[in-house]
Amino acid sequence: MPSDAPRSGRYSVFAIAREALRQHSGWKRAWASPEPRGRYKVIVIGAGGHGLATAYYLGRNFGITDVAVLEKGWLGGGNTGRNTTIIRSNYLQDPSAALYEKARSLYETLSQELNYNIMFSPRGLIMLAQTEHEVRGYRRTVHANNLQGVATEWIEPARVKELVPIINLDGPRYPVLGGLYQARGGTARHDAVAWGYARACSDMGMHIIQNCEVIGIETECGQVRAVNTSKGRIGCEKLAIVVAGHSSQLAEMAGFRLPIESVALQALVSEPIKPCMDVVVMANTVHGYMSQSDKGEMVIGGGTDGFNNFTQRGSWHHVEETVRALIETFPMISRLKMLRQWGGIVDMTGDRSPILSATPVGGIFVNCGWGTGGFKAIPGSGWAMAELIAKGTPGPLAAEFGLNRFREGRFIDESVAAGVAH
Amino acid sequence: MLILTCPYCGVQAEETELHPGGEAHLKRVGPDGSDEDFEAYLFARKNPKGVHFERWRHAYGCGKWFLAARCTASLQVFGTYKAQNPYPPAEIVDAIRAHRPDWQPDWTVQHAQAESPAE
Amino acid sequence: MTRTPPFRLAQGGRLIDRAFQLPFRFDGRHLRGVAGDTLASALLANGQMLMGRSFKYHRPRGPIASGAEEPNALLSLGQGGRFEPNQRATTTPLVAGMVTRSQNCWPSLDNDLMAVNDWLSPLFPAGFYYKTFIHPRPFWKHLFEPVIRRSAGLGAAPTDADPDRYEQAYAFADLVVVGGGIAGLTAARDAAASGQRVIVLEQAPHWGGRTPTDHPGGQAAIDALLADLSGRANVTLRRNTMATGLYDHGYLIAREAIADHDPNAGLPRQRLWRIRAGHVVTATGALERPLSFACNDVPGVMLASAVRDFIIDYGVAPGQSILVVTNNDDAYRTALAARAAGLDVPAIIDARPLADGALPQAARAAGIRVLTGTGIAKVKGGKHVEAAALCDQSGDGRVLETIACDVIAMSGGWSPVVHLWSHCGGKLLWDDQAAMFRPDPDRPPLGADGKGNVTVTGAANGDLACAGGLEQPEGATMPVWVMPARAPYRLRAKMWLDFQNDVKVSDVELAAREGYASVEHTKRYTTLGMATDQGKVSNINGLAILSAALDQPIPQTGTTTFRPPYTPLTLATIAAEARGEAFQPLRKTPIHGWHETHGASFEPVGQWRRPYCYPQGAEDRHAAVNREILAVRGGVGTLDASTLGKILVKGPDAGRFLDMLYTNMMSTLPVGKCRYGLMCNENGFLMDDGVVARLSEDSWLCHTTTGGAERIHGHMEDWLQCEWWDWKVYTANLTEQFAQIAVAGPKARALLERLPGTIDLAALPFMHWAEGELAGIPACIFRISFSGELSYEIAVPAGRGLELWQILHREGRDLGITAYGTEAMHVMRAEKGFIMIGDETDGTIIPQDLGLDWAISKKKPDYIGKRAQQRPHMTDANRWKLVGIESLSNKVIPDGAHAVAPGRNANGQRNVQGRITSSYHSPTLGKPIAMALVRHGPSRMGEVLDFPMPSGDVMQGRICDPVFYDKEGSRLNG
Repeated sequence: MPSDAPRSGRYSVFAIAREALRQHSGWKRAWASPEPRGRYKVIVIGAGGHGLATAYYLGRNFGITDVAVLEKGWLGGGNTGRNTTIIRSNYLQDPSAALYEKARSLYETLSQELNYNIMFSPRGLIMLAQTEHEVRGYRRTVHANNLQGVATEWIEPARVKELVPIINLDGPRYPVLGGLYQARGGTARHDAVAWGYARACSDMGMHIIQNCEVIGIETECGQVRAVNTSKGRIGCEKLAIVVAGHSSQLAEMAGFRLPIESVALQALVSEPIKPCMDVVVMANTVHGYMSQSDKGEMVIGGGTDGFNNFTQRGSWHHVEETVRALIETFPMISRLKMLRQWGGIVDMTGDRSPILSATPVGGIFVNCGWGTGGFKAIPGSGWAMAELIAKGTPGPLAAEFGLNRFREGRFIDESVAAGVAH
Repeated sequence: MLILTCPYCGVQAEETELHPGGEAHLKRVGPDGSDEDFEAYLFARKNPKGVHFERWRHAYGCGKWFLAARCTASLQVFGTYKAQNPYPPAEIVDAIRAHRPDWQPDWTVQHAQAESPAE
Repeated sequence: MTRTPPFRLAQGGRLIDRAFQLPFRFDGRHLRGVAGDTLASALLANGQMLMGRSFKYHRPRGPIASGAEEPNALLSLGQGGRFEPNQRATTTPLVAGMVTRSQNCWPSLDNDLMAVNDWLSPLFPAGFYYKTFIHPRPFWKHLFEPVIRRSAGLGAAPTDADPDRYEQAYAFADLVVVGGGIAGLTAARDAAASGQRVIVLEQAPHWGGRTPTDHPGGQAAIDALLADLSGRANVTLRRNTMATGLYDHGYLIAREAIADHDPNAGLPRQRLWRIRAGHVVTATGALERPLSFACNDVPGVMLASAVRDFIIDYGVAPGQSILVVTNNDDAYRTALAARAAGLDVPAIIDARPLADGALPQAARAAGIRVLTGTGIAKVKGGKHVEAAALCDQSGDGRVLETIACDVIAMSGGWSPVVHLWSHCGGKLLWDDQAAMFRPDPDRPPLGADGKGNVTVTGAANGDLACAGGLEQPEGATMPVWVMPARAPYRLRAKMWLDFQNDVKVSDVELAAREGYASVEHTKRYTTLGMATDQGKVSNINGLAILSAALDQPIPQTGTTTFRPPYTPLTLATIAAEARGEAFQPLRKTPIHGWHETHGASFEPVGQWRRPYCYPQGAEDRHAAVNREILAVRGGVGTLDASTLGKILVKGPDAGRFLDMLYTNMMSTLPVGKCRYGLMCNENGFLMDDGVVARLSEDSWLCHTTTGGAERIHGHMEDWLQCEWWDWKVYTANLTEQFAQIAVAGPKARALLERLPGTIDLAALPFMHWAEGELAGIPACIFRISFSGELSYEIAVPAGRGLELWQILHREGRDLGITAYGTEAMHVMRAEKGFIMIGDETDGTIIPQDLGLDWAISKKKPDYIGKRAQQRPHMTDANRWKLVGIESLSNKVIPDGAHAVAPGRNANGQRNVQGRITSSYHSPTLGKPIAMALVRHGPSRMGEVLDFPMPSGDVMQGRICDPVFYDKEGSRLNG
């Protein structure tokens, strides 16, 4: 590349001032919109956060820029653009903590690295303990995190109240007994993560091809050769399937099956109000979590439906359950109004942990199974996936997340609550 | 918010009366099964975007498990049938075909008939 | 021109009753409205056009609409627990005494300092925040974000709990008609005549929609339909009820306002209807679109339909001089209505080259000046409209003439309300003729049977002349997306699309230029359509601009997804009655009341609450637990074990079934004996444990954990119905049929022998059970022990549990009988090295990890989980195994602490070799005890492990046998 300045132009307050003087006529496209070439070294299917991050780190860490990212719809339009934007790494098991903490630490400097403000807001995140069982689980997590290099702490109810003045500690059913606090957890602007990576990929000369649906995968002697798309056949040396809810469909095209089921996960936002909550709060006993966006909306998430579903719509009763739980926890939201509810199709694996893996077909790699929590992992996932694709074998971050774990019984299970006590 | 008709008690059950149970017609693999078969039994799911056979329990009704043929993309329900069928019965297949002429079962019919339970 | 009173017209106002004056407050000022007013009409009647500030630039805002689509006139309502931000003034009925405030302005609505943003707006184009605030890094969290957050948001956050009541109701109908206008009522009448059960929902407090306002004779037509419908038993008419969302298989959610703003009515505030509809007819009408001309956001620029609504429905003059600007005939009605009300109409500005339909003719006949082929170049005025500069519509905005006015009534055509149709996947088609998206009848949302379950009628279907015989023929609408057509940037940068979020034509064009070309990208990049009106006012105009910028037809651009709710839905209405104590069912044992009166400190266990301990006097919980343990170990105690699951398994194949269910052999258990059993899932992991008693030749009683009762019963039924459906087995969950009391301690038998009974306890060995009578109560006594002491668990009919408990406490007083809670139970079992599901297990543990190989039958060919336990990772010699840990410091090593191994792994994490699973101070032994899972643990007795604490300290513990107390088990016999 001829100069340091990206093809899309460098963003800064000075650039805005300059453009303000010429009616903002000088802004360039954030990413190009090319027609596909006949062949790429690497094709990534899925221009969501994970797919774009995979492409980005292939270029950044391994110098591989002969890359196309194919997207059925519009980039960032899947779960990247419909999650509740929570970022945390307070996971219990070592492999998860390593991967999510890698992601979180990359988020810390991502705006600067991409020259695109993804609004990472390390505002702090609390997971409430509302049963003795949860107290034990979260204290255990603090011990584990301490050895994993993840900064978390156990906080008592009084500290919870200090951080979240709107909380009701003494709900009649599930009083707050304390919390697992990650001070550098928080949120980021979900769309901006996809757009920032897309711009950076495009600046490196990669092709992001939207409205390009993969309809077939061509293999020869157990090795990937090409994909057939709505824009024609495109050859490739390596293929990464990074498509969340539709992973099973892509795997079927390549002739194998994944331990994945696709279900709907719902979220909703309230109308915007002035700032009233500076941290992210998750309440797992009652199944609800809430944060306040920079726009002022209360962003609320809940549980998944239990049946396979590709409609991006969930069932109403989950909304009722989530809202009830949150009114118990935050009585002042009672008269706020739900502005919008929506659903996404999440891919749940057999142990609810993701898959970053080679597959039975040579040259094909999958990155899927992020379930309800993929957004927070995007940079780490892309980092680890790029290494897997470039080297053909997983690095330490991806090592434990292979498909073979399901055969060996070597699960990564974050749901430590098997049952309640006697 | 689905409605499924319980084939045991005949009730048009609301989704909130029901408990979903995942893919139907899985064949249990016991201690003699290979690693590969056992893994497939526990984890390898069809997860189709389209016609799907799945288990439901009429949990807040008669308590019976039953099976449903449903489209996961349109949520159309082609029919429900008793859990003791090792394969979807002929009338379910017909109901699916009536709406999806191109749909093909992934089991052999002769085999299915041989294993159908006597009612 | 300046605005002059009177603002309430002398005549008219079909919805108001001037006889009832209603006082209310706005920003501290005392004002008056009349019955039937909305907040918006009442404020306008007081000359208050300025009602809010926009989100981003804090520009002054007045209402532009009269209904649910209003983006600007949002007020804060009420005080204390009834404070509610963001109420739409146009749909909020005025109630006497209402206290209202403007929002998003400081220090006042009139003089908002944040309006400085407006002056800086060239620096704040769409998405500017993605391009700046990047350096220096800490500034985002500590400076930029806090400032942005404070200036964003609309109303203030409530602070108090809500004192009002909300409820839910169910309804079922063959047909639900959404919309009580002429199209909806006609559809309802037709369906009702055929005998269907019909429900009609209308969002407003009155029926008829636009028909009574727009058509002479309209009210009579509506009244006739209502008279027909209200006489029918199969029809339910429900006003004030907003159908907010349509969900799959005909599930319709609607919100009925009952005593919405009248806390003294003694009624629930709102009711959430959950309606299962066989079929839905949407007759939801259409929404008028604004026109995009420069400064179309100045207060006083309103939708033409809203202007005539205020005049005709509320007898309010939004202004004295009303300039109409339009691309269609309908807006001429506004001019005629204004003129009829005695207001001045200086001109009608019609963008179309020709306007000679019936309505334009009528306007000309009324002497109103009509200018065709003309547009507005710019609106003059700051906080209210003062004049409009006119131009040639096809030109670039050169001013031809300036007309003074104080209101501009604009109409850019109409868009059908397609929300409910779209919620469940109904598709739209672009009608080029009418310049609108309308439902595509060939691609409706589908019901459970795969057939379309929604039909659309009236204006919602694009039929803008649905009032039938009342209609006059209208000329065609001409699409006008920008006014004038060749407006330069400086005008486009002042043409508002999204009035609340300050998204302008230039913003959408910038998004298109930068490649945010998908309609969803544009929406998210510019925030177009993301305001509280969810794009009702802005979406179609925005996507037309986007299409033009991308040089592609509108249908290729498409729409964003319509999501529920149609209008914002109060969270409390969604939650309804399930709040506070009623949030979730609370399960109580028959002895619960006794626990409460004896000072129990409870812990939630699933939906149960169990006594954690019973602090006496000034005791804290820790002291109470210690006292309870010593009382049991030294005398006798009682535990309410009623919550334990009790599942009866009966039938000729019951033994065979239990052999599959448990890891050990249950079929060989002799009648009268008990056996401790482990249950795994098919993945091999331990899921539950408990004592199984054989009741008779063909029946077993399976005890489960408290949390496991329903789950395990379901698990049994699953296998019985779906896998082994030909086995003859019957199960029944008897958990709540019996109260169960553990009587434990060396004096347990002495106590029980004081009670008259038919069971010979001396002849009841450990792990046996007997049935008979105790203290006159039918009872089963199981001689089992979780504390390690001589112990009997006594099951009696639930209704007699409290009676037995009280008898025990009366008879055992001199023995020092003590009620003990779950924590004492936990400590005592840990002293004995007994595992606890949920402590030693966490869903990743197999019985072999816990040294429970003795409870896994080697003889059985199969059990659930057996195959899984043969997988490589399950048989790995490096799995962590259960041991005891003695703290070297005499301090309790915290639960969950990890034992480190040398070095770090490839990810830089400390290597670990074990963790504490249970840890307590043992009052019995006077020292800390712990159980742990440790790599190769059982073969490393005596080794010392390091447990680093988050504080930086390192605690040390020595590996030992997990049985700390009474290793020989001699105390089981008292």
